[in-house]
Amino acid sequence: MVRKVAIGFALVIVGTMLFATALMMRPFGEPPSTMDDYILENTQEVTGANNVVSAVVFDWRGYDTLGEATVLFTAVTAVVMLLRRRKDEAPE
Amino acid sequence: MMSKVVRTVARLVTPAVLMFGLYVIMHGHVTSGGGFQGGAVFASAAALVLVAFGSERVKHHMKLPDLTAISASGALLFIGLGFAGIGTTFFYNLFVGSAVFGHIPAFGPAHEDIWTGGVIPLMNIGVALNVVAGLTAVMVVMAIASENKRDGE
Repeated sequence: MVRKVAIGFALVIVGTMLFATALMMRPFGEPPSTMDDYILENTQEVTGANNVVSAVVFDWRGYDTLGEATVLFTAVTAVVMLLRRRKDEAPE
Repeated sequence: MMSKVVRTVARLVTPAVLMFGLYVIMHGHVTSGGGFQGGAVFASAAALVLVAFGSERVKHHMKLPDLTAISASGALLFIGLGFAGIGTTFFYNLFVGSAVFGHIPAFGPAHEDIWTGGVIPLMNIGVALNVVAGLTAVMVVMAIASENKRDGE
């Protein structure tokens, strides 16, 4: 019984929050931040690159790309470590 | 090693694939693509050669220590360029306006000038080295492992 009351209470709270969020939602196509406009207008001047996507990936968000390269490097290291030829195996 | 048809087609197609991969890498700051995508294209040529000609014949040309060294040097080049602008911020584009890829284009589409982008083309090259050598090393090591397993059975 207590359990059912607790579940109902939690559902009511979640439903209220969802309803309030739906009411407060911004109109479609109006993002709260203007960073995209800033990047589109200033990329060529600041980074000197004509390709805005490359500029975002390698300059504005270079830290992200560092993580991606690290993930790939770690995966390669793991695969090579798992499948390497051991010393005691006969060489070719 | 696969049939003569596959080998002939691989001989014909491999240079084109390598050239396209190089193009995608080198023009990453002008057109779509970049180090990751071009590196994957380049490594797919290595996969084609490995499958078509068999790992027994090819693995002597793709040595594992060399590949891991190239991969690590590419990652080091990338993070070194990230640290190069540490005087301002991490990943600051310090080559804009300098002699190396330093042209600053006017606002609007300008595809014809490829001497632009600051550190972005160099970072593309670093990531491409990382991806090409890494993927090739994975494929070579897997080919050698499957070959050993076949011999063992």
